[in-house]
Amino acid sequence: MALNSKAPEGPLAEKWDKHKFNVKLVNPANKRKYDVIVVGTGLAGASAAASLAELGYNVKAFTYHDSPRRAHSIAAQGGVNAAKNYQNDGDSVFRLFYDTIKGGDYRSREANVYRLAQVSVNIIDQCVAQGVPFAREYGGLLANRSFGGAQVSRTFYARGQTGQQLLLGAYSALSRQIAYGKVKMYTRSELLDVVVVDGQARGIVTRNLITGETQTHAAHAVVLATGGYGNVFYLSTNAMYCNATAAWRAHKKGAYFANPCFTQIHPTCIPVSGDYQSKLTLMSESLRNDGRVWVPKTKEMAERVRNNEVKPQDVQEDDRDYFLERKYPAFGNLVPRDVASRNAKQMCDEGRGVGSTGLAVYLDFSEIIKRTSAEAVSQKYGNLFAMYEKITDENPYERPMRIYPAVHYTMGGLWVDYNLQTTIPGLYATGECNFSDHGANRLGASALMQGLADGYFVIPSTIGDYLAATPPKPVTTDHPAFAEAKAGVQARVEQLLSIKGNRTPDEFHKKLGHLMWEYCGMARNAEGLKFAKAEIAKLRKEFWQDVKVVGSGEEMNQALEKAGRVADFLELGELMVDDALDRNESCGGHFREEYATEEGEAKRDDDHYAYVAAWEYTGDNQPERLNKEELVFENVKLTQRSYK
Amino acid sequence: MAGSNPNAKPMNLTLRVWRQPNHQASGQIVEYKVNEISPDMSFLEMLDVLNEDLLHKGQDPVAFDHDCREGICGSCALFINGRSHGPEKGTTTCQLHMRKFSDGETITIEPWRANAFPVNKDLSVDRSAFDRIIQAGGYVSVNTGGTPDGNEIPIPKDISDRAFEAATCIGCGACVAACKNASAMLFVSAKVSQLALLPQGQVEAQTRVENMVARMDIEGFGACSNIGSCAAECPVGISLENIAILNREFLTAKVVSNNMA
Amino acid sequence: MNWVTKTFTSSIGRKIIMSLTGLFLCTFLVVHLIGNFQLFKNDDGLAFNVYSHFMGHNPVIRTIEWGLVLGFGFHIYEALMLTMRNKSARSHGYDQWEAKKNSEWTSRNMGILGSIILVFLIVHLYNFFWRARFGTLDPDINKNDDLYRLVVSSFHQWWYVALYVAAQASLGYHLWHGFRSGFQTLGLNHRKYMPLITNFGYAFAVLVSASFASMPLYFYFFTNDEGAIITSAPAVLQHLLVAFN
Repeated sequence: MALNSKAPEGPLAEKWDKHKFNVKLVNPANKRKYDVIVVGTGLAGASAAASLAELGYNVKAFTYHDSPRRAHSIAAQGGVNAAKNYQNDGDSVFRLFYDTIKGGDYRSREANVYRLAQVSVNIIDQCVAQGVPFAREYGGLLANRSFGGAQVSRTFYARGQTGQQLLLGAYSALSRQIAYGKVKMYTRSELLDVVVVDGQARGIVTRNLITGETQTHAAHAVVLATGGYGNVFYLSTNAMYCNATAAWRAHKKGAYFANPCFTQIHPTCIPVSGDYQSKLTLMSESLRNDGRVWVPKTKEMAERVRNNEVKPQDVQEDDRDYFLERKYPAFGNLVPRDVASRNAKQMCDEGRGVGSTGLAVYLDFSEIIKRTSAEAVSQKYGNLFAMYEKITDENPYERPMRIYPAVHYTMGGLWVDYNLQTTIPGLYATGECNFSDHGANRLGASALMQGLADGYFVIPSTIGDYLAATPPKPVTTDHPAFAEAKAGVQARVEQLLSIKGNRTPDEFHKKLGHLMWEYCGMARNAEGLKFAKAEIAKLRKEFWQDVKVVGSGEEMNQALEKAGRVADFLELGELMVDDALDRNESCGGHFREEYATEEGEAKRDDDHYAYVAAWEYTGDNQPERLNKEELVFENVKLTQRSYK
Repeated sequence: MAGSNPNAKPMNLTLRVWRQPNHQASGQIVEYKVNEISPDMSFLEMLDVLNEDLLHKGQDPVAFDHDCREGICGSCALFINGRSHGPEKGTTTCQLHMRKFSDGETITIEPWRANAFPVNKDLSVDRSAFDRIIQAGGYVSVNTGGTPDGNEIPIPKDISDRAFEAATCIGCGACVAACKNASAMLFVSAKVSQLALLPQGQVEAQTRVENMVARMDIEGFGACSNIGSCAAECPVGISLENIAILNREFLTAKVVSNNMA
Repeated sequence: MNWVTKTFTSSIGRKIIMSLTGLFLCTFLVVHLIGNFQLFKNDDGLAFNVYSHFMGHNPVIRTIEWGLVLGFGFHIYEALMLTMRNKSARSHGYDQWEAKKNSEWTSRNMGILGSIILVFLIVHLYNFFWRARFGTLDPDINKNDDLYRLVVSSFHQWWYVALYVAAQASLGYHLWHGFRSGFQTLGLNHRKYMPLITNFGYAFAVLVSASFASMPLYFYFFTNDEGAIITSAPAVLQHLLVAFN
């Protein structure tokens, strides 16, 4: 089936305005007759819930955390992009649009990306008005920094805690609506199913994580803002609770899953130190503004550094290879994430990696410290340096940081049209949960932008179009579909508890993560993917025979929660592999070894793969059906990305 | 395996962990042994080892809150060896590493203790009181859209920086846990002073501080005795100066606001 | 409740009363101390008795005295209210509690220190204030009540001196935390001035308590039963031997 993106006709710059004019409106008095469920309270969810409530809708918001303030958006470090052109350096809405499309390796939808660039400027205004303390210049105006994939300074930031500050802004707006009674907040409630009535999303089933109670909730529309699925890899920079369950449950109820294989491997993470490792920690991309990435020039020198015979700070300039600066003189250390990651991997594959495992490269600040001062560097990156030292017990002011790529973000997600509606009418997806704006690779500081754009500015307009066509009759959970979904959820919990096997959910998760990282990670090939597919299927089967969860479903049971999430990862992992196998090209974060230029760069195949792969669930243990949304580029010329 | 400390030897530890099935039930300290703990592990990774072990033995794993494991989400909340987030200054539990402990050590792990933070299970507590305090006024009342340009109001850099420092509070509750009085003043003051310092927040500064303090009292937190344990144990270094700002804001509001109630 | 009662029954409101009364009582300490320095005048207590007569009969002082009563009263009452509130904020304590690693002992024990001071205050008021105001003291040669005689005799009882010294130590610790804390509660914490306030508070605590404590010690060790100074060291020793026997 060809998918209709519903992107409006007309010139790019006018599409959004025109669309806002054309969508149906719900009159202010009627808005309070509509209930909207928002699942997830990160940037996309909290901003959507607050904004919808401000408009007058009755919102029910859900989070599995103990508070809406804890969503993983809070960990975003570097910043948020906006085409303000405050720096007078030639930025514009079109340039942000262009950089984002190009950065995404031409696998995103023009109309969406342009809209994102347009509303980016409103995000900054909104956040400032909320009291978000962005970094400022001495004159009192907002400061900017540069980020990967761009040659202008358009990133607004709050030291290394931009995500925290933006989330607390959205959380405060949400809190205000909770106080007004316009948002009913459900904390410690995990979505375990989406309820579809007569083809329309009408509610959700949740489990209270403290009491174990299964609850049903009805509404006229449901918005999923439940984040990405990077934890399919077990080790990632995602928070421990991040999971795919909400998106995957929606998928199984009929929402197509788009481009699942597009995952972002972030180049600057603290390397793995041991098997016990539970997660990886990102060192913000902003560090690449001032840090220089290098490895020893020769394998021999690398070996000596690995064995602690030579301290990295003592390696002579001539013995260092600043490989990003060497290969990409125009962008240098600020190439996009996928390029930086692949190059780091290449260096390590060549045997020039450092650290005890040989799986790390250096990010060196000695030059900037010499040029300015340690204090100036601390002003900018103090919290990141402190975090690095806590984790590694090494002082990055003296010794270069060791970094290695790690899974960070998933560009893929639920397929949505221009209105952010999934293929289930009435079910919307915002933020990282959807696939929409980043194509095959996301640029730094664009995730915060997208989450807030979706929540503050897009969903409040587009959801009205759907609701206006829905009668404002109260919705209840009386429909048999609710009872059915609830029974399904309870049966699954019972099943997980009844297996009483020998292996913990974590053990399965680790194994899956290892398969995904090895065969569907930074570089993939058909042979490995086929192997992984078979292994995942096997692992899934073992899971349902041998998983061990103790306790009951009527209490706080973290192992049970984990088991449910791992079960969904095991299904999603296979779809990611399928998608990676289907896409016989390299683009952005999806690097198929068979499809590379002579210089080892990703080689796209625009003639055959300029489409969004939207997968349709067809039943348990059935192959998923591929639907394509052809991508039409009217405003940019598709070129081989070059950052040289 | 560590890059930094190749000589670090694995440790064997005794853990004394508070176990409590749920809010209603009573609890007790239970002793466990964990072996072969790498000094490069984080404290929570050490607990992961314990929990995997318990699960294998068919016993109920220890419930505790955690999420980002980067020290920013504020979920983790363990009272370790008599101190909020353990012995290391300026550190959340998730960023506390086992190299701060020594082989053979006995470690006592308890939940935050405050009547305003009832125990959910084991080491997990309910901190929704904090959310209700924010709901009482920890925001600037602006709707989405129609806001002026971000550069319309210049804000002196030092003011903006101070507001930022107050705004970095992660809402973990270590201040309450460490305070002899289980007072939430440091938490409340961080938000009040962030918004009081910024011009955007000054518009409703008076009602904000009155309402937030009233809510804080209703939630059953203790009063501030200016002891300073809160700031000393705060993982992100929220300063006591904020409490002075809160006091000042409160006093000013009570004296000059038009609120008669 | 109207806004006034609401303000002063809130946790911060109560602290503000603690702070205002505490700082007011500090000024009282200064006045009391300056007056008491008359004790060191080697004139058989004549100057001291003039001073105590003035304090007991001047209408302005007598009016302020009521302020003092209220100051103590509120300070103690609010301390009780706050302590009760604070105790009820954590009914289940910790198994292990290492507060000494994050705070000063004095700051955590203001209640105990205050209670010692209160006990002292009752004894002190009964012994001096009560007897001066309502008792019948013999007049001195100026026809003032000879309170000095009572001071001298009181300060020659070892247990009385010990109580005084202990109470003054408590007062010192109480002030060590309380002075700075009072400013903090009023919101007077500025990075420029706080170090000054803090250090002044420390100096104040030490000087005031040491000065008050020096009085019983002085009389006990360095004066004879009449309050006259014993100057030579052997005489002091002899005096002490007598005192301890």
